[in-house]
Amino acid sequence: MIEVFDTCTGCGICVSHCPFGAIRLVEKKAQINEACTLCGACVKSCPFGAIEIKRKIVTPTDVSSYRGVWVFVEKHDDQLRNVTLELLSEGRKLANKLNEPLAALLLGHNVTDFMKSLSAYGADKIYVAEHEALERYNSDGYADVLTGIIAKYKPSVVLFGATMNGRDLAPRIAARLRIGLTADCTGLEIDEEGRLVQTRPAYGGNIMASILSCTRPQMATVRPNVMKMSEPDWTRRAEIERINVTIDPKAIRARVIDVVKEVADRAVNIEEADIIVSGGRGLGSPENFKLIRELAEALGGAVGASRPIVDSGWLPHHQQVGQTGKTVSPKLYVAVGISGAIQHLIGMQTSDIIIAINKDPEAPIFKVATLGVVGDLFKIVPLLIEELHKVKKAKS
Amino acid sequence: MIIVVCIKQVPEITEVKIDPNTKTLMREGVPSILNPLDEFAVEEALRIREKHGGEVIAVTMGPPQAKEAILKCLAMGVDRAIHLSDRAFAGADTLTTAYTLAKAIKQFIPDFNIIFCGKQAIDGDTAQVPVELAEWLNLTQITGVKKVEIDPKNRKVVAHSETDEGYEIIESKLPVLLTAIKELNEPRLPALGGILSAKKKETRVITAADLDGDKELFGLNGSPTQVVEIFTPKPREKGTNIIGEDSLVAAKKIIQFLFEKGVI
Repeated sequence: MIEVFDTCTGCGICVSHCPFGAIRLVEKKAQINEACTLCGACVKSCPFGAIEIKRKIVTPTDVSSYRGVWVFVEKHDDQLRNVTLELLSEGRKLANKLNEPLAALLLGHNVTDFMKSLSAYGADKIYVAEHEALERYNSDGYADVLTGIIAKYKPSVVLFGATMNGRDLAPRIAARLRIGLTADCTGLEIDEEGRLVQTRPAYGGNIMASILSCTRPQMATVRPNVMKMSEPDWTRRAEIERINVTIDPKAIRARVIDVVKEVADRAVNIEEADIIVSGGRGLGSPENFKLIRELAEALGGAVGASRPIVDSGWLPHHQQVGQTGKTVSPKLYVAVGISGAIQHLIGMQTSDIIIAINKDPEAPIFKVATLGVVGDLFKIVPLLIEELHKVKKAKS
Repeated sequence: MIIVVCIKQVPEITEVKIDPNTKTLMREGVPSILNPLDEFAVEEALRIREKHGGEVIAVTMGPPQAKEAILKCLAMGVDRAIHLSDRAFAGADTLTTAYTLAKAIKQFIPDFNIIFCGKQAIDGDTAQVPVELAEWLNLTQITGVKKVEIDPKNRKVVAHSETDEGYEIIESKLPVLLTAIKELNEPRLPALGGILSAKKKETRVITAADLDGDKELFGLNGSPTQVVEIFTPKPREKGTNIIGEDSLVAAKKIIQFLFEKGVI
């Protein structure tokens, strides 16, 4: 399984890089003990290529030794990301169907506060690894620790949010464990043989593909805002299992030297927003974009844009909806002054409800709109904002 | 600086459909293009070479016709290319594609300093190959890069990496793997001279037999994920349109609609 070759010089680098304290130097050679999880951090760190892990290819007969549905917990600032709660809700259903436990994988620093929510949304068990070096997401630290926990406890399914971090992390683990990974799923099901059927859009949503993994665990990243969040049950209490880790700062090769926030517009990630109001070229000039902000405010939604708006620098790239931006599927998408080029439609056509306001009746956006309004946005939007304020007032 | 750019030829996705009889992809007559995000990776690689000297090498895996995408890169100014092309590579999933690319880069460009990829390709949209490639080559990765500075003297890179709320400034030692997003630069158009000289530049075609890797791990056979079914998504229900109404009436109808849908 894990082997140390004679090329080992006893330099000790692997000892400090092992997150699980599983390596000691004995007679100038690395010796690996039973705390080893096969995470691979030592292999990565060794300058002499003296450590190798031989991973067994999973055969159908081994499959039954993999048990449990796991969800990687993602947070930002002091909050859990919605996608984590969505995945726990969906994971609960999969776990029930498989008759296996549902576990949350919580990495970070001072994370105790999150455990109640993880329990309430369905976790039977929470694996917790806390360390200063895990406070913010980083590829190396998270990949080392998670690979170790997965290799040790052998779950049958591991789910990640298809967020920037989830898509940075999951492939790293998949390649290290040499297992399959399905990206950006929008549907998950257990088939009659207990396998995870992972369904995802391809070719810009023109085609759906259902995919099976013949390796274990079956890993997938799942698109935010697609799975339904269940009602929390605050009486639930998950079993907590703490995993002790030690992380050498040197093992984290990419160092974050600064974090810059660019969320001037209603501080939400558009991939997680229930309501998005997007503006396009029809707005004409940057001053007019305030109409979009005001409408978003009135509806309690986030602000997005089509590519020309972002290319002109009115909004940062992470608010761009479409092929070279983000794919979103909110409950309500309002497209204002957006003609609906295919590259934009790809990014939003799975939204539950689409309202389009555009002066050109031939605009392709009307082909996907639930409610299409042909008219002058500069007249309609201010009136709409006013009407929304009236409704709000009447309600309060 | 020796910079590898991994590129992919992709179908123009708006043209892709499923054959209703065979339930397979209809590829015939679908035009192919260089993956749009790869253009940003190529451009940045060229800029780094222009600033610090060195060589830019494009690497791709794909059928013989992928040479058109290679030619575009060469015309933009890439120095030479490696084209992994063999039926044995066909049907590879992301893990296996990354494995094959890693083996080729290790064998044929062992002294590289930077690998650049587009963040994701528009056909599969997985964004998995670059990260899996970084793992196979034991490299640091910085994904979603919108700005990058190379410090060759100290063998360092500083990159702005997009997050869901903004960006992080990340520092790492070379070698490194970076993935490009649209904000990184404005890709150049191939100059006329570039198009003419592209055909004279070297493209080395590599087959499975040329690679040191485990042959069992190439192509469909080596892929742990298998597509079991493809289907066309349910079309959206036809919506209602409001045309030729007074603006206030239109606004009130939208409000009414939002009420009915339970939004307000």
